[in-house]
Amino acid sequence: MDKVELDKALTMSLAPHIRSSDSTKKLMLDVIIAMVPALIGSVYFYGISALILILVSIASAVGSEILIKKLFKKDILIGDLSAVVTGILIAFNLPANAPWWIAVFGSFFAIVVVKEFFGGIGSNFMNPALAARAALVASWPSIMATYVNTDGITSATPLALIKGGSGVDALPSLSRMFIGDIGGSLGETSALLLLIGGAYLLIRKVIDWKIPVIYIGTTAIVLLILGVNTDLLVYHILGGGLILGAFFMATDYTTSPITTKGKIIFAIGCGLLTALIRVKGGMPEGVSYSILLMNIMTPIIERFTKPKVFGEVK
Amino acid sequence: MRLDNLTFKGGIHVKDQKEFTKDKSVEKAIEPSIVKIPLHQHVGAPCKALVKKGDTVKVGQKIGDSEATLTVPVHSSISGEVIGIEKLYTPDGYKVDCVVIESDGLNEVDESVKPKGKLESLTGEEILAISREAGIAGLGGAAFPLHSKFTTSLEAGIDTIILNGSECEPYLTSDHRVMLESPEKVIYGLEVMMKYFGLNSGYIAVEDNKNDAIASLKESLKGNDSIHVASLITKFPQGESYRLVDAVIGRKVPQGGRTKDVKSFVTNVCTSAALAEAILDGKPLYERVVTVTGNGLKEPKNLMVKIGTSIGDLIAQCGGFKGTPGKIIAGGPMTGFTQFTLDTPITKGVTGIIVLTEEEAAPVKTSPCIKCGKCVEACPAYLLPLTISAYSLKDMYDEAESYNALACIECGSCSYICPAKRPLTESIAHAKREITAQRKKS
Ligand code: SF4
Ligand code: SF4
Repeated sequence: MDKVELDKALTMSLAPHIRSSDSTKKLMLDVIIAMVPALIGSVYFYGISALILILVSIASAVGSEILIKKLFKKDILIGDLSAVVTGILIAFNLPANAPWWIAVFGSFFAIVVVKEFFGGIGSNFMNPALAARAALVASWPSIMATYVNTDGITSATPLALIKGGSGVDALPSLSRMFIGDIGGSLGETSALLLLIGGAYLLIRKVIDWKIPVIYIGTTAIVLLILGVNTDLLVYHILGGGLILGAFFMATDYTTSPITTKGKIIFAIGCGLLTALIRVKGGMPEGVSYSILLMNIMTPIIERFTKPKVFGEVK
Repeated sequence: MRLDNLTFKGGIHVKDQKEFTKDKSVEKAIEPSIVKIPLHQHVGAPCKALVKKGDTVKVGQKIGDSEATLTVPVHSSISGEVIGIEKLYTPDGYKVDCVVIESDGLNEVDESVKPKGKLESLTGEEILAISREAGIAGLGGAAFPLHSKFTTSLEAGIDTIILNGSECEPYLTSDHRVMLESPEKVIYGLEVMMKYFGLNSGYIAVEDNKNDAIASLKESLKGNDSIHVASLITKFPQGESYRLVDAVIGRKVPQGGRTKDVKSFVTNVCTSAALAEAILDGKPLYERVVTVTGNGLKEPKNLMVKIGTSIGDLIAQCGGFKGTPGKIIAGGPMTGFTQFTLDTPITKGVTGIIVLTEEEAAPVKTSPCIKCGKCVEACPAYLLPLTISAYSLKDMYDEAESYNALACIECGSCSYICPAKRPLTESIAHAKREITAQRKKS
């Protein structure tokens, strides 16, 4: 090869000269794959209306992102699939019988107000799906609190029953709780299917075990300390969206601490708040508000948990 | 003490790409008809030429030296005639004077090249002098003068010597082949160091992707209980000296310190073999093993290369390029330097020449940081690469410094692992330069 040609061919750059094959898109794709079991479950339990809600939610999340990027004249990054993840999570947080426009509003709010107004992927300080859920609950409380059972009949969720003072006999059987054959948000009811997805995320090293395990563990311990009956404890862990929240939402990269110590503090905080809200607060579930509150605390937690440098001189 | 599965916290698992050359014996490179020997190829002061145009030189003859304390002389790698002094870029990007020698094809060896006597009869001073006069500088890439490290480490009163055979950079197999083919030289060099420091034990630490080298060293060490072979889990950057000391003896070099501050001495296995040759044969460092490899080459090889041979000569000997080359790297792919011409001469610190294909070298598209934390997990210095990099990109160097930018060892792990393909190492290295420049000014 002659000199002139070689000059054109050779790239000059700073080290490192090789990169892993990981990408944001691949990570998001893994999250989507991990949600597929629960997604299929929701369609099985609640019928085709669940599927429609999920699709509407995804389409409006992606559509909102394209729209806002065009408006702000920024690069469109929908290829990273993060809007798809947000869309699915929003649908997972809706009652199965919610009207389609609720999904549209929720997705638009999540993408535009919570994510893009703060600078887009990686820059938002609250989990978009959870913030959207909070906004929906505040705006349409009755729609967001009317759950249908898997047989299509409106009913209270198990945790709402517990909050209302019911004992174990009034609750669905534990096996139904575990499989997800109960009332609740579309994607939160099946502990089994969510745990399969969670295990996938752990195996693929997309998430770290600390946040979900410590979150759920802390919730259980604090509930016991607060005097919750051991019979009911299992309902608390399997129900109320705790597993969905702990594996899929508290682990959101952008809104949880980057440091190891920070992750632990964050998870303990989430667990503590969830248990407190359930026992002392006015709401039966509390997962979304706990995570949102800890999202807001994240920058402060990070500031106080800077890792010690290798060989730090004390 | 445990001597297997040793490791450190952080780092990354990289495809090691060593299959290209790990089973290929070291071949002698074709005799170069011309060599261009840089007068500055080590850390410290440059040498002044001791020869001029028209002089005839022999193999191993000293052709450059300096009076400075931190320096090593350079030697001719062939016999022939000096045809001039030329300014050229070294593989690490400095423009330096090079002695250009045309070969007479005879390879006549200089009279000074002769055995230095039995190790038992050598004093510490003599060992120092031999090492210096042989021009030995770290062959692992850093090219730090060995005798200078000897002196400062002796003053610090070190109690542990570790030979570094980790060779954690992908592609490279020069250390591997030397340990496998000449274990006795590696061991002899270590014995010289033990004698110099007055210690009765030493370690040779090797990553466990080179079990044949471990076996070969152990075989040669049968009946010798003073030298221990430690096996390390294969993980980048295990070969970085602070991570190595941490893995083998569990001591952490304090921030801003050197390995001698934790009473340890680390040098590369090939440096040890070079020291052995300097004593046994009186041979100065005028040739070294270089791994010439990569998908962009027809026939990758491990070559014994005379210092001053051009990169182009080596590539030609490996069958030439396979397709259009995209990048030529001197050193490893994680920390090496890209080359822009085939005329650049091989120096003492060049462990390998890697040719990447056009596709492999294609630039990656950067996207926003998603705060996944993978860079934090990977950083062997326990830093927050994303934060330091973000400050650096905004020219906020004081903030970068407050996040300990200076503790970055520029290993490349964070950039490698980042799913958003952010230029983390690159921007942190930039912040380090700015911070150091600022300090010098004030
Ligand atoms: S690895 Fe890249 S994307 Fe992940 S936190 Fe670090 S800089 Fe951000
Ligand atoms: S910040 Fe420096 S030391 Fe840490 S991984 Fe990146 S390059 Fe290596």
